[in-house]
Amino acid sequence: MVVSWSTQAQYTLSGTVQTPKNTPLSGAHIHSNALHAISAPDGYYELHTIPAGRQRVVISYIGYKTLDTVIDFRDNKVLDVTLKPHTEQLQEVVLTENNAVSQNTIQENRLRTETIEKYSSATLGDALKELPGVYALKTGTTIVKPVINGLHSSRVPVISNNVRLEDQQWGIEHAPNLDINSAGRISVVKGANALQYGGDAVGGLILVKPIEVLKDTLFGRSILSMNSNGRGGNLATSLHKGNEKGWAWNAGSSFKYMGDREAPDYVISNTGNREANFSGDVKYMGNDYDVSGFYSFYSADIGIAKATHIGNTADLVNAINNQQPAVIEPFTYTIDNPKQEMQHHLAKLDYNKKLSNDASLNLQYAFQLNRRKEFDLRRGEYKDVPALDLTLVTHSAQANWKKYLGDVTLQSGVSFSLQDNDASPDTGVSPLIPNYTKTDVGAYGIVSYRLSDKLSGEAGLRYDFSNMSASKYYQKSRWTNLGYDGVYDNFIKGEQGSQWLTQPEFTFHNISASLGIRYGITNNTELVGNAGLAMRNPNPSELFSDGLHHSNGTIELGDLGLDKETAVKVSATLLHNGKNFSLEATPFLNSIANFMYLQPTGTEVTIRGAFPVYNYRQANALLAGFDFSTKWQPVNGLEHNLTFSYVHGTNTDTDEPLIDMPPLNINNTIRYTWADWHNLFVELRSEAVFTQNRYPNYNFYTDVPQDNQLVSNLVDVSTPPKGYHLLHFGSGMHFDFGKTSTHINLSVYNIFNTSYRDYLNRQRLYTDEAGRNIQLQIKFNY
Amino acid sequence: MKQLKLSALALLTFISLTSCSNDDDAPFVNEEEVITTITATFTPVADGETVILTSRDLDGDGPDAPVLTVSGDFIAGANYTGSVTFLNETESPAENITEEVQEEGDEHQIFYQANGLGTFAYTDQDVNGDPIGLAFTFEAAETATTGNLTVTLRHEPNKDAEGVASGNITNAGGSTDATATFQVAVVVP
Repeated sequence: MVVSWSTQAQYTLSGTVQTPKNTPLSGAHIHSNALHAISAPDGYYELHTIPAGRQRVVISYIGYKTLDTVIDFRDNKVLDVTLKPHTEQLQEVVLTENNAVSQNTIQENRLRTETIEKYSSATLGDALKELPGVYALKTGTTIVKPVINGLHSSRVPVISNNVRLEDQQWGIEHAPNLDINSAGRISVVKGANALQYGGDAVGGLILVKPIEVLKDTLFGRSILSMNSNGRGGNLATSLHKGNEKGWAWNAGSSFKYMGDREAPDYVISNTGNREANFSGDVKYMGNDYDVSGFYSFYSADIGIAKATHIGNTADLVNAINNQQPAVIEPFTYTIDNPKQEMQHHLAKLDYNKKLSNDASLNLQYAFQLNRRKEFDLRRGEYKDVPALDLTLVTHSAQANWKKYLGDVTLQSGVSFSLQDNDASPDTGVSPLIPNYTKTDVGAYGIVSYRLSDKLSGEAGLRYDFSNMSASKYYQKSRWTNLGYDGVYDNFIKGEQGSQWLTQPEFTFHNISASLGIRYGITNNTELVGNAGLAMRNPNPSELFSDGLHHSNGTIELGDLGLDKETAVKVSATLLHNGKNFSLEATPFLNSIANFMYLQPTGTEVTIRGAFPVYNYRQANALLAGFDFSTKWQPVNGLEHNLTFSYVHGTNTDTDEPLIDMPPLNINNTIRYTWADWHNLFVELRSEAVFTQNRYPNYNFYTDVPQDNQLVSNLVDVSTPPKGYHLLHFGSGMHFDFGKTSTHINLSVYNIFNTSYRDYLNRQRLYTDEAGRNIQLQIKFNY
Repeated sequence: MKQLKLSALALLTFISLTSCSNDDDAPFVNEEEVITTITATFTPVADGETVILTSRDLDGDGPDAPVLTVSGDFIAGANYTGSVTFLNETESPAENITEEVQEEGDEHQIFYQANGLGTFAYTDQDVNGDPIGLAFTFEAAETATTGNLTVTLRHEPNKDAEGVASGNITNAGGSTDATATFQVAVVVP
């Protein structure tokens, strides 16, 4: 799956865009021929893959005079520009190199467009794994969740087009319901510092923005990816009509069709997947306002490896000891049970108003409808009935206000959301997650202040109110067993047979805060320091889980008494951007009080057999780590990239390591580009993942029938698999035909077809990872 | 512009109200697939007492352990014809899951582990001619003994694997839908 869209790049143009008052312009459009970039909230932009020679560069922003200039590219250039508002007659462009430090103190790690496109037939989680400090929590090959500095799921909200994605994200087997092909820009904030998006990002935030074009043009892009492993591919097509004023629109769709993935030694049966996605928006830009409507639809069917379905812990022992999946069938495109079917609709109305030259207002309403069906191996008439069928509806509205006062920027906003979860009773299985309604209200304020050319500071505060009311049946025996008798009697509304009908209700008041500085040590070296306070409420699975987890062979039990989790994360980033050498080094410390986790507490016997019981518990946790990356261009055409990530997680109450912490991983990439020959590039990437030696020992014993005797067996669910080293190859070329261009890329993932298992794959006890994949990708720009 | 704002507000209110109205209680879900009760019945071919082994777990996957009952002892050297049934007693009347197992016989197999208590033999067949295990014969050991008798219902076992068709569970694979281990005795009358 690794293909590299060489950005044929010889040269990179980077810099910042700001107003005459030194406030950064977010969303300015930078283009040169067919290349586009959008400036970040701190005004920063990068435009890669610019051919050598004299090139026209246009930088524009609505309401501001466009900069149109020609630059002679012989090496990488820095272009910091100040755009004048339209109202000012004098068009003056200030070209500076290395101006004062940005006011923004939040360190974002961006994925390059090239990387996003290379993972066109994979997932958001796969692409994000290329960033230092980001790992992937997988279930098989196609369900991939990003892990930031050791944390994931509810601790890492995904913000898609300024809307918090509500797609049952608490679940470890629930990947973000988002098509990577609809993203124009993907970045990661490793902490809770971006308070405008919420105060509960204990692990960090994923920010995804669609492609946006601000100049008057129409262009299209199609990417066809064909893969040998899975014997299928992906076709993504999009059309973009940009404008500086008046109407602009974007429309894109993608289709994916893949069969069973293959490990080096066997077919991993029932691991095909399908996707059909659409996203589009229409925007009208007036003199001092713009209005837009956005809609996206994500639809996916994902097969779950059949071998991972087990009935009890004896089956689990067999699966572990066999070292091979119990079900190996010939390759097929057919997706059988178990499988997941998801649909996600997101509709959004957005209104931006320029209140004055230095103040703006944004109003937004978003509607999300998430449908999730999980099919299991069942008997009789229930064969084709999902075992889990959830419908989650979320309405959210927010208002954000921003004002620039010279060296000070003020931001403030309010948000409101209403959520309703409906678990269908037609499944014939007590739902994993009960019906609930949830109301959230939040308000925040952020002040950014540039104290001098060398130093900026930022402080933010946020308050969140949350109320959740659920309706759930509990087995009376379970209610007693969990110690709820006499404690939560007020939740009981009625009874039916051996079950209580309960209506648990929770209210939380949370405060979150952020503090940051950015200090310019030299012209191209900066130090960024951040401290953040985040509070996260228990999610539905932490509160209500109540039963058997089929692929783990565990009984997982929630706790109605859980308190919110409070995290304080401190990090420092050293940034250096030299001509031939760039570096980013980030040590961090995340101290979490009331960290929620699953703790093994005993064994329960049911008619299926004996199962280990895990209860949600709270403890204090400390995560410390180090992310490091460099980019080095020793000679023209040759580039070396390194990323290094390490995290050390400890439950400080029990002094045990935290479970599922990403092992130390180091990636090295060497690429050579022949700029004068269709930008041919060849690349070799080494991915080294070390053995995780720090893990809690949750092993247990169970009786397994063997040769007509019951034999007590150790169930080793804890020991992480051995580390591994993979080599990947990438190559590509670029052909120009007038206004259109074609890129062809050929890549080989896992060249030596190495067999390996990954600690953070939920199916690691059952099957190897998918093996070698040869991918051919053809991209047209027109 | 004002018009647009108003209509946006109206839309928001409408959608909020329509979704708000859902404040009802969760519907009660009948656990359709749970097996609560395994009953293995051993009828002596000659005279004697029928032996009934029952495992009943009325709270399904809940915390209460199954209740095991054994009606009597096996007679040394005696031959029994046996049958096993599976019930879901969380429903009223109880749902008989045995029928589903019979209908989907090729996807199910019941295994018996005698541990020296005697010898089991299958007497039924699925569509492929492989055993299901709902019907069987049991010949009790010749001498008095006590031990564990385990009954296991496997879903989607690999019936072609070595020993599986003759009743050895070791290579069967699949997932366990129900299992019970009974302490029984073989006695000399």
